[in-house]
Amino acid sequence: MQAQVLEGGFADLPIDASYAFRAVMTAMARPGDIVDVSGAKPPSPMSVAAGVVVLTLCDPETPIHLALSHDMPQVRDWITFHTGAPFVAAQDAMFALGAWDALSLADFPLGTAEYPDRSATVIVERQSLSHDGVVMRGPGIKEKTTLSLPDTRAFETNAAQFPLGLDFIFTCDDRLAALPRTTRVG
Amino acid sequence: MSDYNFAYLDEQTKRMIRRAILKGLAIPGYQVPFASREMPMPYGWGTGGVQVSAAVLTPDDTFKVIDQGADDTTNAVSIRRFFQKTAGVAVTEATSEASVIQTRHRIPEQDLRADQILVYQVPIPEPLRFLEPSEVETRKMHALEEYGLMHVKLYEDISQHGDIATAYAYPVKVEGRYVMDPSPIPKFDNPKLEMAGIQLFGAGREQRIYAIPPYTQVVSLDFDDYPFQPTKADHACDLCGAEDSYLDELIVDDAGGRMFMCSDTDYCATRRKQGHVGAQGVPYKEDAA
Repeated sequence: MQAQVLEGGFADLPIDASYAFRAVMTAMARPGDIVDVSGAKPPSPMSVAAGVVVLTLCDPETPIHLALSHDMPQVRDWITFHTGAPFVAAQDAMFALGAWDALSLADFPLGTAEYPDRSATVIVERQSLSHDGVVMRGPGIKEKTTLSLPDTRAFETNAAQFPLGLDFIFTCDDRLAALPRTTRVG
Repeated sequence: MSDYNFAYLDEQTKRMIRRAILKGLAIPGYQVPFASREMPMPYGWGTGGVQVSAAVLTPDDTFKVIDQGADDTTNAVSIRRFFQKTAGVAVTEATSEASVIQTRHRIPEQDLRADQILVYQVPIPEPLRFLEPSEVETRKMHALEEYGLMHVKLYEDISQHGDIATAYAYPVKVEGRYVMDPSPIPKFDNPKLEMAGIQLFGAGREQRIYAIPPYTQVVSLDFDDYPFQPTKADHACDLCGAEDSYLDELIVDDAGGRMFMCSDTDYCATRRKQGHVGAQGVPYKEDAA
């Protein structure tokens, strides 16, 4: 096994994970807010932020789907070593990781009417992440905010299915933002 | 530090709770099932709130615990010490200094800021439970948005008592979708559920976590001709003179003597330090016990 696979995890797991989760929770509770995270050094093409999210939330109980953009040996080995999360097809995923164009959103579980929480959380790797973009409103947002989204239509469709739907985490370098199903875009 | 893992729980348990919190925030008011753990305190003492706090705390946090508004009850003191010991966090009784506040049955009088988190201890998370004992049925009712039964209950209140008699755990509708139990806070506190901070609810025995993100619409259920009214004792605090805070009524002697005082002890103490004196109060002295 390559040394690179064994490295890049949290140096102090309980402490690093606590800061990381606070950042992710803040992002999910305040859609559009961009937060800084640190502590993970995953192999390319994973960003630091995507690595932090995976280390913080994934373990053997969370099936994860890698889109083609990220389905490569070094990524699989790194996630396996550090989290033990099993890799699955899109329809069985609790988490999904990939570039926007590589993700087939229609395939992910949306939850059920009785258990809307049983839906996938999609980690979308982005080249850039800024407040220069689409207007967003909804829970967690005071009046309105803006975020550079890869698409508008897809998120409108997603929000229209509430309380079912996917929840998104956008990652770019060591920063991330989130867009839960409640956020109305455009 | 101690020999415990940071904040007592093991990492896999915290990840499980953290995932439930994120789904809770994404579906405001929906109760996310989670695998509640045995905690070193009995059910009913805030095990749900403690598990949520354990999953949320970082070493930089300043932690406050209130029980019915008070910082100095057995329950509040023991939970505060628990995280002081297992997470090494700073603790405070001042609402403004706290970054995470765990609460049983009150929302602090002082408005919370955007950087503050309020964690509720919840006994029965299901607002429909006393109307429909079956979990299968209540889950279906939430799925179908079938909340007629709750309105019937409030209507029966009016027909029996002439008014909506529900005074605490008053049901709310979150973001126009899920009817939610705000935990047994007095209905006086309901308007404060729309706030700048993040609100997380943990029910340990019932194994549910739910959440309200900041600035989320929270509407107390009512009728056009019987609008929701937050109520409190029609009195001012006898210690600090506050007329805008929720009051406890205390019997103070065998002769029927009574006094009203703020249920939020920090709010009352802060006001007394500022020089406010109630009808039965004495001016604040720095060295007073």
